[in-house]
Amino acid sequence: MANSNVVLHVADVHKRFGGLHALADIDLQVEEGQTHAIIGPNGAGKSTLLNVIIGKLAPTSGQVVFDGAILTGRKPYQINQLGIARVFQTPEIFADLSVLHNVMIPAFAKRDGTFTLNMLRSLDSETGIRQEAEHMLEDVGMLNRKDMQAASLSRGDKRRMELAMCLIQHPRLLLLDEPTAGMSRHDTNTTIELLKKIKSRGMTKVIIEHDMHVVFSLADKISVLAQGRIIADGTPDEVRGNPKVQEAYLGGTH
Amino acid sequence: MPTTFMSRNDLLLFLGFTIVVLAMPIWLAPFGAGYPDLLQRFMIYGIFAVGFNILFGLTGYLSFGHAAFFGVGSYTAVWSFKLLTLDAIPAMVFAVIVSALFALVIGFLCLRRSGIYFSILTLAFAQMSYNLAYSVLTPITNGETGLQLTLNDPRVLDAAIGQTFVGQPVPTLFGQQLSGYAGFYFCAGFLILAFFFAQRITGSPFGMMLKSIKSNQTRMQFTGFNTRPYALSAFVISGMYAGLAGALLAVTDPLAGAERMQWTASGEVVLMTILGGVGTLVGPVIGAWIIKYFENILSALNDNILARFWSFLPDGMADFMVTVTSKFVGDGWHLTLGLLFVIIVIFLPGGIMEGVRRIAAAVRRSGTPAAKTQTQPAE
Repeated sequence: MANSNVVLHVADVHKRFGGLHALADIDLQVEEGQTHAIIGPNGAGKSTLLNVIIGKLAPTSGQVVFDGAILTGRKPYQINQLGIARVFQTPEIFADLSVLHNVMIPAFAKRDGTFTLNMLRSLDSETGIRQEAEHMLEDVGMLNRKDMQAASLSRGDKRRMELAMCLIQHPRLLLLDEPTAGMSRHDTNTTIELLKKIKSRGMTKVIIEHDMHVVFSLADKISVLAQGRIIADGTPDEVRGNPKVQEAYLGGTH
Repeated sequence: MPTTFMSRNDLLLFLGFTIVVLAMPIWLAPFGAGYPDLLQRFMIYGIFAVGFNILFGLTGYLSFGHAAFFGVGSYTAVWSFKLLTLDAIPAMVFAVIVSALFALVIGFLCLRRSGIYFSILTLAFAQMSYNLAYSVLTPITNGETGLQLTLNDPRVLDAAIGQTFVGQPVPTLFGQQLSGYAGFYFCAGFLILAFFFAQRITGSPFGMMLKSIKSNQTRMQFTGFNTRPYALSAFVISGMYAGLAGALLAVTDPLAGAERMQWTASGEVVLMTILGGVGTLVGPVIGAWIIKYFENILSALNDNILARFWSFLPDGMADFMVTVTSKFVGDGWHLTLGLLFVIIVIFLPGGIMEGVRRIAAAVRRSGTPAAKTQTQPAE
């Protein structure tokens, strides 16, 4: 495997919470343009791993490298500005604002950077960003809801909107923490189609998912996490046939 | 169709606001409030509340120390009157600059925390400022007595152009004394200007970022925004508004005392904002007007007036009512304010503006019986 293609490298990461070894010796390489799924039973450390990548948690040891830049020690907003966006397990949205504004805000971050004192411009004059946001909402099938308050959306729509908030930044790396949790089968399939569409644009994705249907329809590679360790790594077919994985999912938790 | 400068609704709101403010001497006369002294205070505390709302209403950071910036504005203005000139403009410019610097330092330190810890830090800084003004910095603030103008003040600029005053010095604008209605229109001009800027800020991308900080700071950070300079900017802007208001109070009444910086003064602006409607443009101004109006009316009432008011009741009953109601007026008017505040917060958490919105919605519904079910438009 050509090393030069690796865009995200989680190198020897350990994370301890007191006596709990939440992540142990994690070494993960994600290649450019691929969809890398991280699966594992509850409590395996999947979300902790994402939190370490995105800068929400500092690893006890080890580091995360993204495209030559060390992420460890950087602030979340700096990590985002490097081109990494994240969909959370419970949607992190601006509940008081309209759907359209929710999607416009990340576009401002992409265009204007971490801080701009643009207080005398009118929001109405930002037609470029407004149109961009409307296109994005059309892509996720939510344009008809753009004037609704985000808090009043259904759970599935909140997640889709959050996805739109990430996609409008055209991130190089998209981290998805169970993007289809709480969605109906129909919405799940729509989201899978959407994620496939992004893939064709060459965006790298790391996805945590419980739904094996989603994982096997999207992932190029799968890493299986159990009790803070990667127990298997490979293509979907390799992972499916791995006895250790079977044990972790069936024997280990039941 | 949408103009880049201001949308039609914003323009209408601004024009309506301007007319209401400028016509106050007329429409407030029947309420016994159409005299300049009170009108000036309506303007000044309106500015204070509009500015406070830029911090509290938009970002959600609740400062309990904004009276410190108000006081700093007053002291700076009085010093400008004493040392430089009795003209109001330099005094106000200095007041805004000094309070901005003050807000920058205090904001920088307090914004390291959020929520209740932020509030307590601002309260602590404001109380420190109050105590400094009251005792430690007596040479600058004249302590308990308060800083006032005297005939012996140097006023170097006025002296340089050979201007001298007879009697008690009064602040001026280009030689025109700013007392009475002149003072009111001077303050009104600034309130309108202050409102205009608040409107611009609220409708700008920057304003939207402040609202998103209130809504979800975590998401802001993961979206690539450094939230602290945003919150600090809002803090400094609202500090400048407070300084401007404090300076205007010194213009209309050139005396600065430490009590202006006390925590009750900081709490008052919080009450004004919540009473009127947090996060709305007009609400804080209305809240300020209502509180200042009731303060004026209720604190002027005494037992004799109450006795006359209740005189239609039988004697024993009337005495009883006078005894009870007298606790709520005069010096006890804060009790009434407290009750009013409790009622508003419980029944109208969005303040008076929410009441207005509900009434408007009810009217609209009864006006068009076939009203379609409308989704709540987001702010």
